[in-house]
Amino acid sequence: MPSRRQVIGALGAWGAVSAAMPAAAQFRVEISGVGATQIPIVVGNFRDEAASGVTLGAIVRADLVRSGLFRASDSPQPLDERSTIVGAEWRARGADAVVGGSVTRLADGRFDVRYKLLDAVRGEELLGRSQLVVAGDLRLAAHRVADEVYQALTGEPGVFSTRIAYVLRSGRRHALYVTDADGERAQVALASAEPIISPAWSPDGRELAYVSFETQKAVVWVQNVLSGERRQLANFRGSNSAPAWSPDGRELVVTLSTAGIAQLFVMAREGGTPRRLTTSNAIDTEAAYSPDGRFVYFVSDRGGGPQIYRVSAGGGNPERVTFSGAHNISPAISPDGRLMAYVARQGNGAFKLALMDLANGGAGGGVRLLTDTSDDESPSFAPNGRLIVYTSRENRHDVLMTTTLDGKIKTRLVSTGADMLEPAWGPFNR
Amino acid sequence: MKSKSTPSLAALACLAAAALLAGCASGIKLQEAPVETRTPTPVGTTATGQTQPPSGQAGSTSPTPQSQVASVDLTRQGAAAATNGIGRVVYFDFDSFVIKDEYKPIVEAHAKAMVADKQRRMVVEGHTDERGSREYNLALGQKRAEAVVRSLTLLGVGPNQVEAVSFGEERPAVQGSDEAAWAKNRRAELKDR
Repeated sequence: MPSRRQVIGALGAWGAVSAAMPAAAQFRVEISGVGATQIPIVVGNFRDEAASGVTLGAIVRADLVRSGLFRASDSPQPLDERSTIVGAEWRARGADAVVGGSVTRLADGRFDVRYKLLDAVRGEELLGRSQLVVAGDLRLAAHRVADEVYQALTGEPGVFSTRIAYVLRSGRRHALYVTDADGERAQVALASAEPIISPAWSPDGRELAYVSFETQKAVVWVQNVLSGERRQLANFRGSNSAPAWSPDGRELVVTLSTAGIAQLFVMAREGGTPRRLTTSNAIDTEAAYSPDGRFVYFVSDRGGGPQIYRVSAGGGNPERVTFSGAHNISPAISPDGRLMAYVARQGNGAFKLALMDLANGGAGGGVRLLTDTSDDESPSFAPNGRLIVYTSRENRHDVLMTTTLDGKIKTRLVSTGADMLEPAWGPFNR
Repeated sequence: MKSKSTPSLAALACLAAAALLAGCASGIKLQEAPVETRTPTPVGTTATGQTQPPSGQAGSTSPTPQSQVASVDLTRQGAAAATNGIGRVVYFDFDSFVIKDEYKPIVEAHAKAMVADKQRRMVVEGHTDERGSREYNLALGQKRAEAVVRSLTLLGVGPNQVEAVSFGEERPAVQGSDEAAWAKNRRAELKDR
């Protein structure tokens, strides 16, 4: 993954030049699922981490716990990558895996972050790595350790070094933020006196499409995340909104009202003439591609209330996807294409996050609610498909939440006195 | 949100004066300088053809010699002497796009003024309550705005005189999460350009 490292290095430079305005603290674990199978792991504080100013061990532990798949604890004794770790001793204490590490400041000011992961059950060393990073990248180094540990023990890639975009609204101020996946190190990509909605990451993670009202109407913009360069993608008569990238990044589906009502159109990423994708006399909006690029899921009220449909990406007759409930909106498709997260209004008026198994969905089964809250909105899958980020309301403000797919483990990110809206989980860094 | 026009002599005089000033533009305050970092490209470039308010007249907060005119929103009503006194907000029922009879006189009066003056331009902004997704509400608001525009064009207003746009749930007229607030937010606002 050399290219991934390059991107991370570049991000560090970005962090250095932009004025940091922390919008919120970390995602905090809110509900720990009972009965969930969790791998017990010990992650010691990294030797000399106090001198580095970054609590590497705690960041790795928090990342792993947030995934819902680990029960992480600090080591009762000092540990680093050179410690002799005897598997049987740790097994006796109930740990299946042990991480020891260190951080050393080099003469040139960079830091050498080293760690070792031991499988205590088999008594074998799984990973031992060293990363050279600048001070601004120490948190990222910790997230990468967590990603590697996660992958070594679960067989799936971790998402701790990915990013999430969201909108922060405070009075008349609106800002599009990009934050580390744990909620820390939030940086402003766009600030405006007018609303911003519907951020969408390009598949390569370099650009964000979004809807801005800065010209007193809804216009779709595309912005380069690293450079800040931006352009109008769709600014036609009426409203322009709901951008959704095709998986190859070459096209976007947008909602335009040029036909007198919201309809789906396909546009090249460079802009140009839109090609109409849906033709109805009802609202069609909130497009989301299937990861294989074959289908576009969307919301339409052609049958009365809003329901989720899908249409071939080349056009044609849409088929209905949701059948239970009178109001189903905001589809998000899992990276493997098997699941759809969406928002389902309940009989009592509550909006709840729902998950549909698309293989069984058509048969009316395979739907489950993931929340106990009543104002859920805007689901977005983590790129490994294991978590969903969404918003919910708490004390009259919108907060960001993450949940595991079984709904058992939730985390929450709050920004005091402001609303956190429209989260979009970015792709794996490449 | 906007106070209904309550013309006093002073206000009318002020309106007349404002009308002389470059057609009074639209009172759009573009976000010129981002509050926070990371926006090297200035926001608010061209493209919609909206003009900046003339300097010195950028809003209703400019000092005025008489306090009684301070509440008149020139940026909203400056060029609207002919439609002054006509309501500018049409309210809708839940999940409805039908213009109720009680609001038809508003639409008809604006249509009459626009037919009489083909130079007159309007934008109709659709709004919704906060329930549901922002994107779906944007489309709902658009549908309400289009319903008003359709009525205007049926009454003879030229299609180029009026544009329907939507703010969805983004600009509530009233804060609150109860039916009373929601009812005031389900609306279309007719604004001069």
